[in-house]
Amino acid sequence: MIMRFTILYSFCICFVGNAGGKILQVGRSHAFKSITAALTAAKSNDTIYVEAGVYREHNIIISKPVVLIGKGMPVLDGERKYENISIKADGVVIDGFKVINSGISSIVDYGGIKIYNRRNVVIVNNVILDCFFGIYTQYGINCVIKNNTLSAHQVQEQHSGNGIHCWKSDSMQIIGNKVSGHRDGIYFEFVTNSLIRKNSSIKNLRYGLHFMFSNNDTYSENIFENNGAGVAVMFSNHVRMFRNYFSKNWGDAAYGILLKEISDSHIEGNRFEFNTSGIYMEGASRIEVYKNSFKENGWALKIQASCMDITLRNNNFIGNTFDVGTNGSLVLNKFENNYWDKYEGYDLNKDKIGDIPYRPVSMYSMVIEKNPPAMMLFHSLITTLLDKSEKVIPSLTPADLVDKHPLMKALSL
Amino acid sequence: MGKIIKYILLDIIKNKIVIAYTIFLLAITLSVFSLEDNSQKGMLTLLNLVLFIVPLVSIIFSTIYIYNSSEYIELLISQPIQRKSIWLSIFVGLSSALTLAFLLGVGLPLLLFEQSAVSFMMTAMGVFISIIFVVLAMLASVTTRDKAKGIGITILLWIYFSLLFDGLILFLLFQFADYPLEKPMVGVSMLNPLDLGRILILLKMDISALMGYTGAIFKDFFGTKTGMALSVTVMFLWVLLPLLYSLRKFKHKDL
Repeated sequence: MIMRFTILYSFCICFVGNAGGKILQVGRSHAFKSITAALTAAKSNDTIYVEAGVYREHNIIISKPVVLIGKGMPVLDGERKYENISIKADGVVIDGFKVINSGISSIVDYGGIKIYNRRNVVIVNNVILDCFFGIYTQYGINCVIKNNTLSAHQVQEQHSGNGIHCWKSDSMQIIGNKVSGHRDGIYFEFVTNSLIRKNSSIKNLRYGLHFMFSNNDTYSENIFENNGAGVAVMFSNHVRMFRNYFSKNWGDAAYGILLKEISDSHIEGNRFEFNTSGIYMEGASRIEVYKNSFKENGWALKIQASCMDITLRNNNFIGNTFDVGTNGSLVLNKFENNYWDKYEGYDLNKDKIGDIPYRPVSMYSMVIEKNPPAMMLFHSLITTLLDKSEKVIPSLTPADLVDKHPLMKALSL
Repeated sequence: MGKIIKYILLDIIKNKIVIAYTIFLLAITLSVFSLEDNSQKGMLTLLNLVLFIVPLVSIIFSTIYIYNSSEYIELLISQPIQRKSIWLSIFVGLSSALTLAFLLGVGLPLLLFEQSAVSFMMTAMGVFISIIFVVLAMLASVTTRDKAKGIGITILLWIYFSLLFDGLILFLLFQFADYPLEKPMVGVSMLNPLDLGRILILLKMDISALMGYTGAIFKDFFGTKTGMALSVTVMFLWVLLPLLYSLRKFKHKDL
């Protein structure tokens, strides 16, 4: 499916570039000295080649379907006052530009490149530095944002914009981008049927990926590392998350993934390493969590009692301080055939499944949930004793939160 | 004083318990590192060793040793030697023997197998804990002449520091759950050398879990140079104050 789209797009680009219209050259030694002049002269489906150099043309507005190709990364400088490129036509292609220093405002959302209510726009191979919003899409349909590098040095959440920001869009493809130093690396709000793939979102102020009211989307093979609060997926349904890597999201309110009011979703083949909480779920329902690997997190999973019909199967839990934390005694979720490195049971019939059930919630993790300063007694004799006695007769921990068939050996994930 | 220390050290080595203790520690450390594939789990086993076995052995062995050498102490007192130097020699002899045992049994293999901040901190805390519990044993044995009572007191002290104190904290935390207790807890942790040692080791080890609000406050405090300097000072005070108190008692004791 994705392949087909990509081929289709490259075909479109070739078609437009070669057969569609004229070729216009912009540069010091060419007829057009500025991109704006070339755009004024261009007709639909023309191709504009831009030579290397620095272009300070305030706000470049593209209102015709043209292909804009940079040769040797020409620089478009917004001088910290203007929006660099505004796309107001369908089927525009922007390829190979260095977009820097867009304006910053609290009233207008300036973007390095901003798509206004358009479809089939392609933005590839650009470098976007120190812009307020990197690439901004509103009411975009079927746009491709691919292999761009976005970085900024924003300091305060209130005065910073997102890397790739999509609002009320559909069928977007965000592929192979690298985002760092923005507020949210990738931001989705009311975006449907879209794909986020092979991006890396590192060291952003707030979330690596921020996902709200966006249904039927897939994100796979992305890297989310060292973001202020990890990844948040909220108020959405039918979201598929495959083979992503969530790591080093540390801090009091940092999560590998924060799931809030999510339903009918798949979380499969992801790796969670060195996060304060690998997955935090609140008000989530009908989620299938399969074949993920949780390694050396503070809490591998925090499932609040407001979740239901969550199935956890064939996951590895290795070296986490606490495997599962929860805040109540109601459990409407299913744990099956996971591997827990803290499991102390045996396997008499050698079917590689432990004969006694495993209770992943320790008494002490319940105590901390109720009384956080008790963290100070972590690993002391008294908490070990409490945990042991609780294992024999569960009183505080939810009796139903149990993996009845834990695996004896870790799965190779 | 040097001579007395030498005799005490020789005597301790001669009775072989400390050697057995060294071998025991060494065996545990080596087996932890060769059996566990998960080095973090191994470190946790060692943490338990440092927090429970080391203080227990230190305090019990020292108490019994002092009671058993009461005749020797009386003999020394009849000589023209200051009581102060006798008592300090016993302290130096006992603590250096037990520290040496700990360093050979845990510290050396630890630093050989895994040179990290955790290993270093664990070794340092183990040494402090060994010495502190020797001093507590000296304090207990100087307060009463009755050997059974003395050993009873030391066992109670061990239970208090490793179990009761934490239970009390847990109780207080739940009683005063409505108040912000994170910052006072930093101070409270200084009242028990085992808690302080444990927190200092854990901050180097299990950072991700301690990263909650409490963890952040602890890290803010103990992670800084002043916090570290203060906690080392507190550890020294835990050695010094009971030592001086027991010395005063020993000076005025009617033997």
